[in-house]
Amino acid sequence: MSHVKVELKPEQVTKIKEICKSFNNNPGELINVLHQTQGAFGYLPAEVQEVVAAELGIPVAKVYGVVTFYSFFTMLPKGKHPISVCTGTACYVRGAEKVLDEFKRILEVKVGESTPDGKFSLNCLRCVGACGLAPVVLVGDKVYGRVSPDGVKDILNEYAD
Amino acid sequence: MHILVCGGTGCRASSSDAIVEKFKSELAANNLENDVQVIMTGCFGFCEKGPIVKVLPDNTFYTQVKPEDAAEIVKEHVIKGRKVNRLLYLDPAKKEHVSDSKHMGFYRKQIRIALRNCGFINPENIDEYIARDGYQAIGKVLTEFDPQQTIDIIKKSGLRGRGGGGFPTGLKWEIASKNKADQKYVVCNADEGDPGAFMDRSVLEGDPHSVLEAMSICGYCIGASKGLIYIRAEYPLAIKRLKVAIAQAREYGLLGNDIMGTGFSFDVELRYGAGAFVCGEETALIHSMEGLRGEPTNKPPFPAESGYMGKPTNVNNVETFANVCPIILKGADWYSSIGTEKSKGTKVFALAGKINNVGLIEVPMGITLREVIFEIGGGIKNGKKFKAVQTGGPSGGCLTEKHLDIPIDFDNLIAAGSMMGSGGMIVMDEDDCMVSVAKFYLDFTVEESCGKCAPCRIGNKRLYELLDKITKGEGTMDDLDRLRNLSKVIKDTALCGLGQTSPNPVLSTLDNFYDEYLAHVQDKKCPAGKCKALMKYVIDPEACVGCTACARNCPVNAISGERKKPHSINTAICIKCGACIEKCKFDAISIK
Amino acid sequence: METVKLTIDNKQIEVPKGTTIYKAAKGMGIDIPVLCYMDLHDLGVENKPAGCRICVVEVEGRRNLAPSCSTACMEGMVVKTHTPRVINARRTVMELILSDHPKDCLTCPKSGHCDLQDMAVRLGIRNIPGQEYAEMSTYKKDFSPAIIRDVDKCIMCRRCETMCNQVQTVGALSAVNRGFTAVVAPAFEQDLEKSPCTFCGQCVAVCPTGALTEVDHTAKVIRAIADPTKTVLVQTAPAVRAALGEEFGMKPGTLVTGKMAAALRKIGFDYVFDTDFAADLTIMEEGTELLDRLTRHLNGDKSVKLPILTSCCPAWVNFFEHSFTDMLDVPSSAKSPQQMFGSIAKSYFADKLGKKRDELVVVSVMPCLAKKYECQRDEFKVDGNPDVDYSISTRELAHLIKEFNINFAELPDEDFDRPLGESTGAAVIFGATGGVIEAAVRTAYEVQTGKKLEKIDFTELRGMEGIRTATIDFNGLPINIGIAHGLGNARKLLEQVRSGKANFHAIEVMACPGGCIGGGGQPLHHGDSSIIKARMEAIYREDAGKEIRKSHENPYIQQLYEEFLGKPMSETAHHLLHTHYFNRKKDVYIK
Repeated sequence: MSHVKVELKPEQVTKIKEICKSFNNNPGELINVLHQTQGAFGYLPAEVQEVVAAELGIPVAKVYGVVTFYSFFTMLPKGKHPISVCTGTACYVRGAEKVLDEFKRILEVKVGESTPDGKFSLNCLRCVGACGLAPVVLVGDKVYGRVSPDGVKDILNEYAD
Repeated sequence: MHILVCGGTGCRASSSDAIVEKFKSELAANNLENDVQVIMTGCFGFCEKGPIVKVLPDNTFYTQVKPEDAAEIVKEHVIKGRKVNRLLYLDPAKKEHVSDSKHMGFYRKQIRIALRNCGFINPENIDEYIARDGYQAIGKVLTEFDPQQTIDIIKKSGLRGRGGGGFPTGLKWEIASKNKADQKYVVCNADEGDPGAFMDRSVLEGDPHSVLEAMSICGYCIGASKGLIYIRAEYPLAIKRLKVAIAQAREYGLLGNDIMGTGFSFDVELRYGAGAFVCGEETALIHSMEGLRGEPTNKPPFPAESGYMGKPTNVNNVETFANVCPIILKGADWYSSIGTEKSKGTKVFALAGKINNVGLIEVPMGITLREVIFEIGGGIKNGKKFKAVQTGGPSGGCLTEKHLDIPIDFDNLIAAGSMMGSGGMIVMDEDDCMVSVAKFYLDFTVEESCGKCAPCRIGNKRLYELLDKITKGEGTMDDLDRLRNLSKVIKDTALCGLGQTSPNPVLSTLDNFYDEYLAHVQDKKCPAGKCKALMKYVIDPEACVGCTACARNCPVNAISGERKKPHSINTAICIKCGACIEKCKFDAISIK
Repeated sequence: METVKLTIDNKQIEVPKGTTIYKAAKGMGIDIPVLCYMDLHDLGVENKPAGCRICVVEVEGRRNLAPSCSTACMEGMVVKTHTPRVINARRTVMELILSDHPKDCLTCPKSGHCDLQDMAVRLGIRNIPGQEYAEMSTYKKDFSPAIIRDVDKCIMCRRCETMCNQVQTVGALSAVNRGFTAVVAPAFEQDLEKSPCTFCGQCVAVCPTGALTEVDHTAKVIRAIADPTKTVLVQTAPAVRAALGEEFGMKPGTLVTGKMAAALRKIGFDYVFDTDFAADLTIMEEGTELLDRLTRHLNGDKSVKLPILTSCCPAWVNFFEHSFTDMLDVPSSAKSPQQMFGSIAKSYFADKLGKKRDELVVVSVMPCLAKKYECQRDEFKVDGNPDVDYSISTRELAHLIKEFNINFAELPDEDFDRPLGESTGAAVIFGATGGVIEAAVRTAYEVQTGKKLEKIDFTELRGMEGIRTATIDFNGLPINIGIAHGLGNARKLLEQVRSGKANFHAIEVMACPGGCIGGGGQPLHHGDSSIIKARMEAIYREDAGKEIRKSHENPYIQQLYEEFLGKPMSETAHHLLHTHYFNRKKDVYIK
């Protein structure tokens, strides 16, 4: 997994420690800890994992093993507006691939990448459970249903600020 | 009077929150806020026509309601008692408006047990659940039956696990109950990972207490005081409603210590998945709950012997639990009177794909695929021809025309080369290429394989590569043999359920759509016209007037021709982007 | 004992309940192939992720094939181990594994010793279908001072992960990523040097492929020998002589001390010396330090740290520098025998030869990979010139011997050179768990009590159990001794000490299960722990056959003190033979 280097500020380290503490520094709660930490930082850079490992008393290699196992965790910061295209089966048969291609074409990024200005990041996800609206695209928490390739531009325009 | 607004993920995405707000303000403007209650419920199921609004007591079912429609419904229906016809469901056959869902094809053949409360109650209000017999089953069990008697009821009902495998639930509980330990666990598997399936989400969003109550009953039966719900982090609404439900149940003394003064204690905690399909497998799920990589381990030992934290653990999925309370209250005989000989009760399916009525349905076991697709589902979208229905998600297979009249149950679907799975049902039409569909599923499996065992880690990748090769027109007849052998070996040798079933989409399409594979391999053609590499853009010289619009717009200059004379496409250069077709005003360009 | 009856390949058998199909079959002479599975039962180490699926068998009534390594026998089971279905599955799975494995067998360092290669031969793999279309998983190569990771060759057997985590509790390695790109790697797929790796080499010792191998210094050694301006000394660790023969087809446990000395001379080393000499020296220093701390402790000196921990094992040193940074003053300050040898060779012996230290090249032959790391540590250099220039493993020595066209089996026995080649039985047993402390006791007893030992063998200190304890009576003074081999066991013992629960005077730790005889640089045991046992027996046989069996009686050691060092723990000795330890915990954090 590619990653970026960051330098943690003391208050950030304190925040991670607090999260670990709230789970009694129990290694069995690693996934919950990572969820909350990612919630607080937006992503899980190596330095954050080092602190989590130290607090929970487990090897950092194990933390990294868990982070790289679950697709929900990321070591790269997401864009200001993270775009997720559902590629579940229902969306697939209703043309999600073409929608995804259109996002890639307009934003000039690959899946998993962010635009150079950090405004958008593009990802796929498997089924948000809104199959009636297939194909579905999420921007942040907002769900767009029945998206066509032509509609991609309109969605992006909503975030032109 | 009540106005129920669907609060499922699909309808909320179509602004059902705003609809609720709008209703409230319209009612307030008319001083009706005390006479009419607006309730956001769980999923009604008919997602295709969402957002759904239902008006009680006359059971009027409005479809595709927009926030701005609220005013009209209040003005016409609430105040004047006149239904808003334009928002009623239009029966596609009879071309008539239908106001009561009972008379709609989508609902007519459904029996709702697991979904009994979805769309009826406010899931964030425990009183509404209690008003519909909620927490009576646990009360009955705690006061009238001992654990074994309760297990016997579940056994007798014939309930089988709804997560995919169809293992008898009562037997599972019995095994867990017999293993001695100081601590045992009840786990609810809510890691619904099948792409295109949303049964569990709907139950949790629409009726969270039914799962909590059933988990308590299970805890009583096996001797566990702790319950854990392993839920996908991608389901924020379900998580929120579960949290509310747990808090309310604790407040009412229906979870926690000494429930109903019987001395029985049981509490439930949430654990979050983090995006790994394999965690639907129970050993992987347990490892994930322990903070580890969600890798499955060899069974035995089964979780019933050694599960979470090495303690006996009973894992059932959401829908299985949702069936438990009605069985307790209405009896095993009632439940087993529904369904087929070996598959009792109902099954919830998420109907999606190229079908008119996308949505969530609950039907009795034994119903045929034809009834589901053509009666409930309303047939194929845009009048296209039915080609296949995929059941069981990435573990299942593609069934065809010839399977349409098979009664749906666990065993029949397996015999037909697919499986029940958790209940995803994706309908495909003539435009879908079955090789590409198999490739789509393998792409999923490759991405979701945990990587622990070689057949799944490498074998599925190779299956994908072979399918990719075929869709590019580079496949050989040897490749078809390899596909089959590799599929069989992966099924035979993979460590867990994911790998053991991952070749099913390949095998079932090979069995049912062999001609389509042959077309790709021998004729280098994709009959459905989906595989880009096998497509050829051609200009019909009769229709082409030589306007040059296509040539001017071709990004790679693959089109040549003199003005006012028919043009032609150099297929060696053409990248099949489709720009020429879009620009042609004379329908002269087609894909062959 | 509860038993179950079953049928395997048409033969009935009764086995204890819980026995796996693989073991039951083995007991009947049916050798089911296994790849990821590894059972070092004498050492209590087992790896069975059931991941490779090579060992599958057909079980009547079961839908799919069963992994025999981890499926327990059940009453009435009918098992078939070689039906066409099984053979096809095994072969297809093997083809899959090979389809994601580099095909550079001819030049792979593991060639000839590779379990994967052997399995391909055994299963008769002749081609890998569809190879031209198959993507391979590729990763960054990692060159540390001791271990090379080329995980393109990883087959996810997880043996290294088991060794690093369950057995050694180092936690440098973990399975990372998912699916096709899943592999075993340090955190962030960084280099081992940035991880808490101790370079114990147990991952290398169990790796079935060329994914984990040692850094090869043989070319440098050949160049040094050929350099006329250099005088090249070689020292060989005690465990090497008990295992080297295996590389030449000899039975495990064959002692090849004399042949090894002859071979080293043939290769062209100017002086063939023995690390055993330095082991005797270690006992003089470490034993004295123990007695010194003990006496001060008995006299009520509260500042003294007990127990004393042995410090011969460089992986152990790396381990406590990472994991027990609060206890850095507890281990003995004595350098390891390898480094003591280098230090003496480049001072005392260089003086004798009238040469400058940089005219000498000291080569060590070690059963160990951590020694490669140890000899390049800065504190073991003088003006940038290391006390030990190159450390090669037992396996590398075997390669050298073969490359120098030496018919090892036919070599007549020869002796080591003097003075740094003379050693005692006490030094030899340094190679096995419990040996260092037994050697120390032999000397410390006599020095402390002034009495001659009646019984030289302290069998209570020997064995294969992971943690052993014994109390030795020093003429009325009971001395509590702890022994741990395998870093996981060491951790347990150390945690007892840290928490004050344990009351030891001395603790011996060897990082590798079995001690140095099971080291990461030894001939590969391929999962057969009886090989390690045989080496251990050889070590004690060599000791028993020695004329002198107590370090302080080594005449050349006595001479060294008389001529050069003065007495143990003298200022010179302190300068040359003792070291100090560093807190390396912070190094693992990313900067």
